[in-house]
Amino acid sequence: MAAITRPAPQPAAARWPAMARVVEHRALQYRRTFRASIFGSFVQPVLFLAAMGIGLGSYVDRAGGGLLGDLSYLQFLAPGLLAAAVMQTGSFEAMFPILGGLQWNRTFHAMYATPIRPRDIALGNFAWITIRLLMVGTSFAVVIAAFGAVRQPAALLLAVPVAVLTGLAFAIPIAAFSATQRRPDGFSTIFRFGLTPLFLFSGTFFPITNLPELIRPIAWLSPLWHGVDLSRAILLGTVADAPLLAIAHLAVLGALIVIGALVAFRTVAARLERG
Amino acid sequence: MSSAAPLIRARGLTKRFGAFTAVDGIDFDVAKGEAFGFLGPNGAGKTSTMRMIGCTSPISDGQLEILGLDPVRDGPRIRSRLGVVPQEGNLDNELTVRENLIIYGRYFGLPRDECARRADELLEFVQLADRGKDLVEPLSGGMKRRLTIARSLINEPDLILLDEPTTGLDPQARHLLWDRLYRLKQRGVTLVLTTHYMDEAEQLCDRLVVMDKARIVAAGSPQQLIDRYSSREVAEFRFAPGIQETLDGQLAGLAERIERLPDRVLLYADDGEAVVIAARDKGIHPETVLVRRSTLEDVFLRLTGRSLID
Ligand SMILES: Nc1ncnc2c1ncn2[C@@H]1O[C@H](COP(=O)(O)OP(=O)(O)O)[C@@H](O)[C@H]1O
Ligand SMILES: [Mg+2]
Repeated sequence: MAAITRPAPQPAAARWPAMARVVEHRALQYRRTFRASIFGSFVQPVLFLAAMGIGLGSYVDRAGGGLLGDLSYLQFLAPGLLAAAVMQTGSFEAMFPILGGLQWNRTFHAMYATPIRPRDIALGNFAWITIRLLMVGTSFAVVIAAFGAVRQPAALLLAVPVAVLTGLAFAIPIAAFSATQRRPDGFSTIFRFGLTPLFLFSGTFFPITNLPELIRPIAWLSPLWHGVDLSRAILLGTVADAPLLAIAHLAVLGALIVIGALVAFRTVAARLERG
Repeated sequence: MSSAAPLIRARGLTKRFGAFTAVDGIDFDVAKGEAFGFLGPNGAGKTSTMRMIGCTSPISDGQLEILGLDPVRDGPRIRSRLGVVPQEGNLDNELTVRENLIIYGRYFGLPRDECARRADELLEFVQLADRGKDLVEPLSGGMKRRLTIARSLINEPDLILLDEPTTGLDPQARHLLWDRLYRLKQRGVTLVLTTHYMDEAEQLCDRLVVMDKARIVAAGSPQQLIDRYSSREVAEFRFAPGIQETLDGQLAGLAERIERLPDRVLLYADDGEAVVIAARDKGIHPETVLVRRSTLEDVFLRLTGRSLID
């Protein structure tokens, strides 16, 4: 090889670019499934809003006798589904792609043989998941607006970031867990006993005040409930009625993200160092 | 760093996994421009050593200096100057051959057009230019290895680490790979490789250490090791089943040293032909006789009492 003069990379200053390379890799992989993925991220909300919002909704609105005030069931449901859909994508993205990079394709090990550090790999993946969640959240929001399921479409500009935070509050702790796994068996357990019950009982389809009083506090523990409740407050324009609650929601989601990231830095590094 | 300073310097280098010691206090230096090998059977600790050199596995004890730098403090900086061909493949099956090279160059912070230029040059070098647009998955084992070698060169490294570069490949693929590595060596690239094939070590290494059970048991050039631990030639006798055990007393004295393997007897002497004649004179009639030069396999047998590959 011809001798070249190469700038010695400066680790401290290189943090941002190194993480960006990881994002670039994920984007390069994503190009192959881009079309199908974008198509899916519109089809899913259309199906959900049509079936649950309009189909079930017309029944609820007729039978409910104004239980929801002047709110249609579709309007009640839309923010919940938005947060739940982003949670689903975030969880999925934090499972198989992470296990793949560490166990199957071993692409993260390949990165680790370069100046990229375990922390850059973790951060790059979180950044990529954030981009994916923005895509999914935005397409969901477009469908919500098209269905007329929101009073003030501008509020979607705030609801999407909240949904993304909700997704990250799941994705980042799950990624920390995925980095400790060698097989995907644990993932179906998370879906079956974690995500599916949360999806059903976090105020997505009905207010948690409808839950038996004994079970209600469990919903408060659900990160999804915090995301759903905040998204709903934003889309219905009721944040100002309970600003402290909104702050509490953000604090819970933020804590999950920060603690999850700190744990993930450790589990990803430990896994890469073990080989 | 003076030009005479070694690229790698290890003293008492140790790797432990829990209570298990995979590398047990080894010392070695690798000089600029040489091809240095770790020869040893499976489980000897070769990969553990390579991963410490590659700054992806923290050392448990001892000292390690690479390119004059400390792996703990300067890991990313050292890695930016290494080319790594790991034992376990980690090409990205979801990308094409060429994309694999380009994105890898990007990990080193190289500009995109420079990555593309080097990728094309390297595909040519490893004779994969016509496969650039193909996905990695349908490639043969030998092609994947060549691609991994091309990938390890994308940052024009000062030091290339190859962990069992030809394990699992057919003879033709191995020879092609050796040829490419030999060319790199001719260009003055420093190579560090591990292998459990004595022919690979003899072909490629200027200097090597023999590893067994986490330790270095001998060091030197292939020829030095053979001179030191074996005779010039070896006569291999194979007997019909049951005969070998009855011959103990008669074989003694025929050679400088005798190794009894389950399926044959190895007689070490400077003149193998003379051993064969002497045996015949004593009325010993093996089923087959082979006289050959000593190899590193004989060195390993002498040092450990075992074969390299079993
Ligand atoms: N991550 C690890 N955790 C526990 N034991 C390990 C790990 N990596 C290697 N070992 C053990 O260390 C020993 C040496 O392994 P290795 O360095 O891979 O040897 P080689 O490459 O010479 O075959 C083996 O017994 C292996 O099982
Ligand atoms: Mg090995």
